[in-house]
Amino acid sequence: MQDSTWFSLGLSLQVAAIATGFVVVIGVALGYLLAMKEFRGRDLLDMLLTLPLVLPPTVTGYYLVVLFGRRGVIGSPLFEATGWSFMFTREAAVLASFTVALPLMIKTARAAIESVDRELVAASYTLGHSAFATATKVILPLAGKGIIAGAVLSFARAIGEFGATLMLAGNIPGKTDTMPLAIYTLAGSGEWSKANTMVVLLTAVSGLFLYIANRSGRRTI
Amino acid sequence: MSISVDIKKRLGDFLLDVSWSMGRELLVLFGRSGAGKSLTLRMIAGLMPPDEGLIKLGDKVFFDKKTGTALSPQKRMLGYVFQDSALFPHMTVIQNIYYGGRGLRRVERHAVSELMLERFGIAELRDRLPSCISGGQKQRVALARALMRQPEALLLDEPFSALDAGTRSDMGRLLKEVRREFDIPVVLITHDLEEARSLADRIVLYDEGRAIRSCSPNEIIPVSEDRPAHDRIHGSLGQETFSLPAMKYAGCSGGKSI
Repeated sequence: MQDSTWFSLGLSLQVAAIATGFVVVIGVALGYLLAMKEFRGRDLLDMLLTLPLVLPPTVTGYYLVVLFGRRGVIGSPLFEATGWSFMFTREAAVLASFTVALPLMIKTARAAIESVDRELVAASYTLGHSAFATATKVILPLAGKGIIAGAVLSFARAIGEFGATLMLAGNIPGKTDTMPLAIYTLAGSGEWSKANTMVVLLTAVSGLFLYIANRSGRRTI
Repeated sequence: MSISVDIKKRLGDFLLDVSWSMGRELLVLFGRSGAGKSLTLRMIAGLMPPDEGLIKLGDKVFFDKKTGTALSPQKRMLGYVFQDSALFPHMTVIQNIYYGGRGLRRVERHAVSELMLERFGIAELRDRLPSCISGGQKQRVALARALMRQPEALLLDEPFSALDAGTRSDMGRLLKEVRREFDIPVVLITHDLEEARSLADRIVLYDEGRAIRSCSPNEIIPVSEDRPAHDRIHGSLGQETFSLPAMKYAGCSGGKSI
């Protein structure tokens, strides 16, 4: 295999790993919020956070450009303050993967947290433990299997991200060409044997993670 | 230390409207399922807010609609035992008990946990998970856990209803001992007539969301064939039916209507 293949594989793993890190922290927090709290606009928030799951990744990517592009709502003040922009960077690839993987994490975390017996939460409260202590010592340990499954699933989704990444990070060889982007380039220029290697590699990696996700989700206490 | 409750709560078609108070005694809330006993207990513990009214433990106001007071369950210093024990399935027996000792210093918390383990006769179960112990043992652990913080009152929501008769009477004895040792008000919910009679210092009778009567245990009498049924509160203990003479009935002179 060529250097560029390894580069793309390494980049994909790196981007997916970092994105998954953020996805787990933020996804579990949002999953907890949606599962445990009743507040106005909960269904609306749930809908907005789920949208990237059903929208074409190009549309999600378009929104990300509108928000984080050099002239974007967040991107513009960020560029003025720091001279740095998300556009066409590795960070953009992370942001794109994060956005499309987040709904998977929220959904699985929410379901896992909702499956924890409410009497246990009530018991913890009557024993004097705060909502935060109860979340970390009772709810999250009991929802742990589901959360791990969600994290693995998110990682697999992040590795496979294409459309939003293309919109936001571009497809710069040696910089932002993750595996799905590299495969697109190779296929477009007729380099079928190289593309073939990458396709097999990507399928194997994704398959492995799905297998782990299924196994970790099944074994519950 | 005393508990006084005067609350209203509407849930759909059901209206809970009760008022009673108690001192350092074992009070049984007695009545059919769905009469509002558990609901009352949850509101005393702060797990659900009443629509209006007042809940006090001694001088401490837990809930007062008028002043907008509503203490969180964490601040109420109550021991609560749930019907299905609500032990944390991922923690061992000792970890469950230890978890109940929030606020104690670390060394003390360990020491008291071990003492509780001895006191409730469950030392040999120390490192087992709740899934590996019996129903009666679970309730012993739940009781030990609830008493770790030296609560100012103990609330028990049908803690023995899933246990067999022998275990149930053991637990009854244990509960009486605990009541004496800790000398705190204990509220016990049951729909078992024998349990109510043998454990209670006083019984508050619930029917369809109202606390209709307060009386001593021996004033609840089993039903007999020749009495008319319409002025009694019916329930069942296995096959046996019982009734309490209704308010107007001359046979219950000692009880107070509330």
